[in-house]
Amino acid sequence: MILEFEKPIKELEARIAELYRLAGSNEELQGEITRLEEALDAAKKRIYSHLTPYQRVQVARHPKRPNFWDYRDALVDDFYELSGDRLGADDPAVRGGLAKIGSQSVVLLGHHKGADVKSRIANNFGMAHPEGYRKAGRLYSLAERFGAPIVALIDTPGAFAGCEAEERGQAWAISADLMALARVPVPVIAVVIGEGGSGGALAMCMSDHVAMLENSYLSVIAPEACASIIFRDKERAAEAAEAMKLTAEDLMVHGVIDQILPEPLGGAHNDPEATTKAVARAVESALFKLSETEPESLVKSRYQRYRRVGAHLAEGEVVGENGAGSAVPAEPRLRSLGE
Amino acid sequence: MHKRREYSRSSAQTAPEMESGFGSINGVFTKCESCGQAIYDKELETRFNVCPHCEFHYPLSAPERIRLLVDAGSFEERDVGMMAEDPLSFDGYEEKLQEARQKTGLDDALVSGVARIGSHQVALAAIDFRFIGGSMGSVVGERVVRTIESAYDEELPLLIVSSSGGARMYEGIYSLMQMAKTSVALSRYVTGSWPYVSVLTDPTFGGVTASFATAADVIIAEPKARIGFAGARVIEQTTKERLPEGFQTAEFQKEHGLVDRIVHRLELKEDIERLLGFLT
Repeated sequence: MILEFEKPIKELEARIAELYRLAGSNEELQGEITRLEEALDAAKKRIYSHLTPYQRVQVARHPKRPNFWDYRDALVDDFYELSGDRLGADDPAVRGGLAKIGSQSVVLLGHHKGADVKSRIANNFGMAHPEGYRKAGRLYSLAERFGAPIVALIDTPGAFAGCEAEERGQAWAISADLMALARVPVPVIAVVIGEGGSGGALAMCMSDHVAMLENSYLSVIAPEACASIIFRDKERAAEAAEAMKLTAEDLMVHGVIDQILPEPLGGAHNDPEATTKAVARAVESALFKLSETEPESLVKSRYQRYRRVGAHLAEGEVVGENGAGSAVPAEPRLRSLGE
Repeated sequence: MHKRREYSRSSAQTAPEMESGFGSINGVFTKCESCGQAIYDKELETRFNVCPHCEFHYPLSAPERIRLLVDAGSFEERDVGMMAEDPLSFDGYEEKLQEARQKTGLDDALVSGVARIGSHQVALAAIDFRFIGGSMGSVVGERVVRTIESAYDEELPLLIVSSSGGARMYEGIYSLMQMAKTSVALSRYVTGSWPYVSVLTDPTFGGVTASFATAADVIIAEPKARIGFAGARVIEQTTKERLPEGFQTAEFQKEHGLVDRIVHRLELKEDIERLLGFLT
């Protein structure tokens, strides 16, 4: 799949490949190849350093983007998969189990969109049913019991919206995960590797350290759905993506996440190995950083972290220079009520 | 910080005013959308918007909800005057807020405080659906959390009445994070031994259902209230499924083991008082 804004790059790449085929020992053509390669490099830099929020959303959704298995391979030395919610089903959209990072045992889990058409369909494109969230919840309990840090990889368009998901309590399953993550006395590290769609993402990324890949997004609703509800026009998704501030860069500014992980030029799908390695390094260093913290302090600082997220004014207060619309606040903004 | 704001019968919005257009025709009577019969407005008011003919429950504003549930004169509102910011400078949000404030006379989509229910002092919050669909933005999240924290600090039972379309999209990530915020507060509250009772009313969806509204010790719903994660229209669009009769009603959710009890609005106060008697 070639995204619209990637076309100039793909065209250059095709021309270069063609020239290589023809060039042989022709020095003139070799000169032309060098020139085109420089142009390609410049085009990549130009295009990928100026992606709009909605273009990033498209990169985040790219089918060739590395998936849960790719990260597992880069991240852990041994993975022991565990299945099922213990209540009647196993949801392949959520994978998880025990893993070793060096000598450290962790619970690794994440959304798995699938790697090809067949597995994508089987995994419901990473949109989990309640069973998936209950499986996550079960893994959180296991982590607590054995004091194992939790590493979660987020990549979902959202929790599945379907009749059966409702019948089996989609909302109940998500709220139970949030309640569990709020108090689990082990380090919790989350990396948004692709799509971070709403409550279905939050149920796995309410954590002590939230990292996001440069071209991933985290949002209360898909930009298309936001556009159709607020602007009453699905075609205005790009505008909605802009307005919602869903990119890693925006979320860093608003103090919601801790770290942006740069992607290789051209996006994760152009160099999966470099991307998965970068994620592995980030997880290792976050683990190391949090490993010294006492369990009670972890829970306490997680409480404080999420307790203060918000933007509201007390009675009579007006928006100050760091107020609405300001691009500078580094801390989550909260106006105290002067108690 | 604690202001007493009385919700007497005369000051409350009495004529049911809804998106659906349900409301008084001539200031004397209203035609019931469910059974088609005429209801005298006065009677609708004394019955807290429940049709006297078919018992259909129409939406109830937060002030009226509190009047319904607590002992007269016992309600002490807290965190009055907390106003929404527009943290993303989202086009059209300020206007939407102004309009909602004017329409409802409320600061935002929630009224909260402490009150008595019979012999029980409780911390309570009620969402008002008329205010941007009862959506949860920073103010709703913050006031829910403060209500939970009051309940925790003052060792009180907690009662939250929900009616919400879900997250407030105009606040983007801030609204999503209110799910996390209310969850951390609630997760601390449940380490204590006071009960949390959640009342789900028509409609309760999205981020509210997927956070504090369903994480309760006891979940009560009003008859026929629509409750769920995704709305029926969204589900039909994404799955092209035909949804069963009564999908997502309180009765449907009870049948699926997700709701404890369905209680008629006019019996709700007595029912909650009885429940608290078992748990406090």
